[in-house]
Formats: sequence, structure tokens, C-alpha cells
Amino acid sequence: MPMALHIPDGFLSGGVTGVAAVVAFAAVAYGLRRADRDLDEARVPLLGVLAAFIFAAQMLNFPIPGGTSGHFLGATLAAVLLGPWLACLVMAVVLTAQAFAFADGGITALGANVLNMGVLGALLAGLAVGAGLRVLPHTRVAYLGLVGVVAWLAVMIGAAATSIELAVSGTVPLGVTLPAMLGVHVLIGIGEAAITVGAVSAVLASRPDLIALGSFEPPRPTGAPAAAASA
Amino acid sequence: MTGSRVSIRIFTVVALALAVGLATAVSPFASASPDGLEGVAEDKGFLEDGGLAPIQEDSPIPDYAFPGIEDERLATGLAGFVGTLGVFAIGYALALVLRRVRGARESRGDSAGAA
Repeated sequence: MPMALHIPDGFLSGGVTGVAAVVAFAAVAYGLRRADRDLDEARVPLLGVLAAFIFAAQMLNFPIPGGTSGHFLGATLAAVLLGPWLACLVMAVVLTAQAFAFADGGITALGANVLNMGVLGALLAGLAVGAGLRVLPHTRVAYLGLVGVVAWLAVMIGAAATSIELAVSGTVPLGVTLPAMLGVHVLIGIGEAAITVGAVSAVLASRPDLIALGSFEPPRPTGAPAAAASA
Repeated sequence: MTGSRVSIRIFTVVALALAVGLATAVSPFASASPDGLEGVAEDKGFLEDGGLAPIQEDSPIPDYAFPGIEDERLATGLAGFVGTLGVFAIGYALALVLRRVRGARESRGDSAGAA
């Protein structure tokens, strides 16, 4: 039976797993704090459903040319629906369950897996979707295109981070892994983009208010300057 | 709330059913080829460096195969079913606890994050 990967124990040095774990833990801890602001009533079941959906979709390896396969990661989808910080939390829930219950991904490497597949993608999505919306037309097509590009980028950044961690650990030189990892993940990222765009369009069609990144709701009056001007 | 929106209850049930259905019925037919990192590790000769932590030797459902079931597809499907519902339960419970903590803080009137 093939070992299903996430980074297993043994690939990374103690120093690298330690630093990755500290960064991942900090992001998840901040996610717990941000629940005060980001976790409204409707997002309570949504958090559970997203964790379940990401877990399920990560089991669905799709074949890519060259005798390998790829699977959905989910950080961009989680960030779009929950905001980047709760997304870190959801990814940590999924990856922790996978490591302890399913022996998928290492225990000492858990922080690195949360960082590579969760935190980096979620924070990238938080920054890039917001920035993209400022320059793009406010249409559904532009929004979905932006989400797709960000999902693809998140996978590439995760693959690059994994290669860097492997190199710093002394496991394999960057010049060897980086091109190979990026080459494979160019295609895996396209799968990620397709699934993310599909899921986000389904949410836009049924519950657009559940989109956290990029508002499709009429803007809320927040001490509105318009009201002040008319007074 | 506009009338055209589905309720959060229906949204949750449909999305969860989709996730459980995919994990149970589709995952047994997913590609068994090594995934991105595993393929590269094989290719570049560092796959053997990887291994299980001691605690993982006792994982309840190692490698997404429900223990004690001969048929590989059935074992994978069952692992997907149990795992998806389990992860939903953990995520939902965590969110409920976080909401309750926030509620308690707000009723004490020191909700710092709200502003």
C-alpha cells in the first residue's frame, strides 16, 4: 500500500519542524482569538462542513500525467468562506485528524504540513483576494477568476515551501526538488483551482452571504460618511 | 435575508451529504498513484527517509483503510464515511465552543474584539 503523503516524519530536520510548528501554532492561536470577530452564527456549522468537505476532497486523488496524482488542499476555499484566520484553524483540524487517526502526514511534521497546506495558502488568499478586488471589475466572473488564480498560486507556494524546508533540512538540494515539485504542482494547482471555483460558485448561488473574502452584500453602514454629509 | 437563499440548515445538510458521499462512494476509485510530494520523493530517492511516528503505529484507521475489512474499496469507503463525519463533528464542536466563549465574554461586557 502506498504511503499517502503529506510530509511524513523523517523528511525534515528538528530545527525546521520546530520553526514551522511555532509559526503554524501562532497562526492557529490567532485564528482561535479571531473567532470572536469572524465566527458568526451561520459560520458555526459552516466551519464543521468545510472541515468535512476538505477532508473528503483530500481523499480524492486525481491522476496527473507522469504517473503521479494530486489532491485538493482547500486553504483558499476555507479562506474565502471563513476569512484567512479561521481557515488556518480549519486546516489544522483536518491535518491533525489525518495525522493521528489516519497516519497521514507526520506528527513532528504536522506544523510544517499546517504551514504549507494551510497557513501560507490562507494568508495568501486573504491578501491577494482583497488586493485583486480593488483593481478588478466587481463581477461574478472576475471574482471567480481571481479565486481560481489564487487557489493555483496557493498550491505553488505550498510546494515551494515544502522544497525549501526539505533543502534546509539537508534532505535534498533545492535545485533538485524545487523544479520537480513546481512541475507536478502546476497541474495539481489547476485541479485545486477548478474545485475551489466550483465550490465557491455553488456558495455564491445558494448563500452569497457566506463569502467572507470580497463582499457580495450591499455595504453595511459603518458610521457612513454619506449619512454624515446629509446631516 | 432574502427569500431565495437556502437556510443554513439546508446548506449544511446538503454540503455535508456531498462530502460524505464523495468520501464514501468516490474515494475507493481515486487514483492510487503516488501524490505530488510522494512522486518527487520516489524520483529523487528520499522516500525511504520518511516513516511513521511511534504513536501512528496505533492509528485507528491507518492509511484510510478501515481495519478488519478484506475488500480494499469497502475499507476505504468506510474510512471516508467515518472520517468525514468525525471531522465534521470536531469542527462543529470546536466552533460551538468558540461561540460559547465569545458569548460568555460579551455578556460580561468586555468583548474587546467587537469594535
